[in-house]
Amino acid sequence: MNEDPNPCPSTGRRDFIKKFLAVLIGAIAGLVPAAAGLAVFLDPLRRKSSASGAVRVTSLEALPNDGQPRKFPVVATRIDAWNKFSQVPIGAVYLRRTNDGQVQAFNVVCPHAGCFVDFLPERGKYLCPCHNSTFTVAGKIDDPASPAARGLDSLEVEIRNQKEVWVKFQNFEAGSAEKIPAA
Amino acid sequence: MKVIFDWVDRRTGCRKLVHEALYENVPGGARWRYVWGSTLSFALAVQFITGIFLWMGYSPSSQTAWESVYYIQDVMTGGWLLRGLHHYTAHAMIVLLALHLMQVVIDGAYKAPREVNFWFGLILLQLVLALSLTGYLLPWDQKGFWATKVATNLLAAVPAIGPGLQKIIVGGPEYGHHTLTRFFALHAGLIPGMIVALLVGHIYLFRRHGLTAKEPRLRPDAAFWPDQVLKDSVACLAVLATVLFLILRHRLFSTTGPLGAAFGAPADPSEPYSAARPDWYFLFLFQFLKLFPGGTELWGAFIIPGLIMLVIFLMPFIGQWRLGHRFNLGLLFSLLAGAGLLTYLAWAEDRRNENYQAAAQAAEGEAARVRVLAASPAGIPTSGAVTLLRNDPLTQGPKLFAQKCAGCHRFDGHDGTGRLVKDPQSASDLKAFASREWLTSLLDPDKITTTNYFGATSHRDGKMARFVKKNIAGFSPEQKESLRKVIAALSAEAQLKQQLSADQREAGMIDQGRALLRDEMKCTDCHEFGKKDEDATAPNLTGYGSRRWLISFISNPAHPNFYGDKNDRMPAFASEQILTPRAIGLIADWLRGSWYEPPASATNGSAPVAAK
Repeated sequence: MNEDPNPCPSTGRRDFIKKFLAVLIGAIAGLVPAAAGLAVFLDPLRRKSSASGAVRVTSLEALPNDGQPRKFPVVATRIDAWNKFSQVPIGAVYLRRTNDGQVQAFNVVCPHAGCFVDFLPERGKYLCPCHNSTFTVAGKIDDPASPAARGLDSLEVEIRNQKEVWVKFQNFEAGSAEKIPAA
Repeated sequence: MKVIFDWVDRRTGCRKLVHEALYENVPGGARWRYVWGSTLSFALAVQFITGIFLWMGYSPSSQTAWESVYYIQDVMTGGWLLRGLHHYTAHAMIVLLALHLMQVVIDGAYKAPREVNFWFGLILLQLVLALSLTGYLLPWDQKGFWATKVATNLLAAVPAIGPGLQKIIVGGPEYGHHTLTRFFALHAGLIPGMIVALLVGHIYLFRRHGLTAKEPRLRPDAAFWPDQVLKDSVACLAVLATVLFLILRHRLFSTTGPLGAAFGAPADPSEPYSAARPDWYFLFLFQFLKLFPGGTELWGAFIIPGLIMLVIFLMPFIGQWRLGHRFNLGLLFSLLAGAGLLTYLAWAEDRRNENYQAAAQAAEGEAARVRVLAASPAGIPTSGAVTLLRNDPLTQGPKLFAQKCAGCHRFDGHDGTGRLVKDPQSASDLKAFASREWLTSLLDPDKITTTNYFGATSHRDGKMARFVKKNIAGFSPEQKESLRKVIAALSAEAQLKQQLSADQREAGMIDQGRALLRDEMKCTDCHEFGKKDEDATAPNLTGYGSRRWLISFISNPAHPNFYGDKNDRMPAFASEQILTPRAIGLIADWLRGSWYEPPASATNGSAPVAAK
């Protein structure tokens, strides 16, 4: 009881130090679990898409000669957190022969919001069933009023051994006018 | 800023609320003995924060629970820390609950008018124990699985409603998906909700009646803020420091120990786990149960603990009698001492129990191994990590060998798992079978008739042993050199993983050895090698020791390709259906040293694997 016979003069500073320490120590104690939680919560930012490299999609004979597109599944390895699936569909592409004998590939995902587009042979166009964007057979925006900000995403195609069609399958970020690979 | 605060305050009255919270009167001034309630609130807050983040990575089903916890623990950034905090804060809560209860009883804070709040506290204590029990199962590892199974099996002993109750909690007649979904809903939803509701009541009642001051009061009364808040936050930091120490303790003085909470091998209902124990805070109950002979476990599991709990509930009334408070104190300390003693006895008994020690050690090995396999490029199959261990030669080979082979054979002198065998050895020691060293000893006149090779079998007096003892014993130095090449060639047939580089390096010598084996060495007088030989009377040496050869041999050693009618006692493991083809494959792979090994940098299974 005798340690502080006249508390008044020093109380202000002592109280401030106590308050400061109480808040500081309390904050440290509370921040550690929150920080550990946030580190785990933000872990997805460090993950990269597992899709990479070229995938064999089909053979040349399977493509119609008249330039009509045909849809093919892309089968490859998919990593889903702790599971690894080999040879499963990871997406789909439209393939078509162009007039100059090349093969053109489009990701079936609409660049507007990520729905799968359908090719309508009778109209000779791709139509997105979600928001009615239309694309020409060559993947360009068909109707300027389409909500899509860019044409269908073309993919690199490689013909190996004169007949195998290999596609470098990639997804791109939806919504922007630029073609930005989804990492 | 002030304008905003004023606006909010006029509508919510929060200033008054904060003021009331901070300026609660602490009779006799701040004291360290008042910190326990606050540390418990802090620990609970840590559990809510870490629990919700863990929830975001957890997947409750029997094929994904272990796998998702593995992913949190070993792959996700900071996952080991998050899980460690949740795990060890749960342990800290048990200790803090005991301290809080002791402080309340010692200071007489349970007496009128605080009876109801005392009961709230006791119910909260039970709810926290229920959280521990349900949380123990969620990682779905062997330890949690088998220990929780014991706990729920005890439920079935309750008359009439027991079996039904057990089914309801387990979610069916067997442990599975619904056990996890139910335990998870209890652990993350129902019980925390009840705790929050009761805690609000607990704190409300505490504020209503005020703090029970410890007499004599050392100082004048003071406000809760800042003196007691400072003491409380220091105590909370100490709790956190203790928890962090527990998480990091194996790494403080070494670079390889496990980080964070223990994590066993995935639950496998087909692999009984004799090292199953509840966590340390339930060990006393586990030990207590051992005192009750069959048919009376109801007393040990429910009636006696229930009666003790009832007496604790009645403490406020008992305390009103003249010696009541002393009785309560005596009871509490005897209960704590009793629980301590039982915990010690359980621990000491296990320490002396060699079987328990072996099982615990094997479990640790499997836990480390499965994490190595899970981190392999193949990943975890959708059937769950449990299949990784079931299909792993390094895990299953020794067990199968001990069960089915070690009655006659040995592996480096033991039964494959490291245990010595009582029965005398009556067949060869298969450590490094088909390797150059093994064949060199087999073809050594001094060794072929020892028990480690043909010594205890009828082949001891067979043609091969006679050939080795007579012919090889008299080999000239040139012939010995030829024998070395033959051994290298024969061993190369096995394509052993650990010899691959030597086999590639010495391909030329191996080619010479093959030629010698076919012609000069007279091996093909009895053995078939390379080309079909209808007259062969001894085991076929084509592909000797290879996976296919070994599987065929184990499947039926009396096949004409092997010992034929000269086979000595070895059963045909496949045709007699002693082992499944899968099991024979596992034994063959294990004997051949053929199993997944991680790249050198990731050999420690308990270490978190760097995020890819």
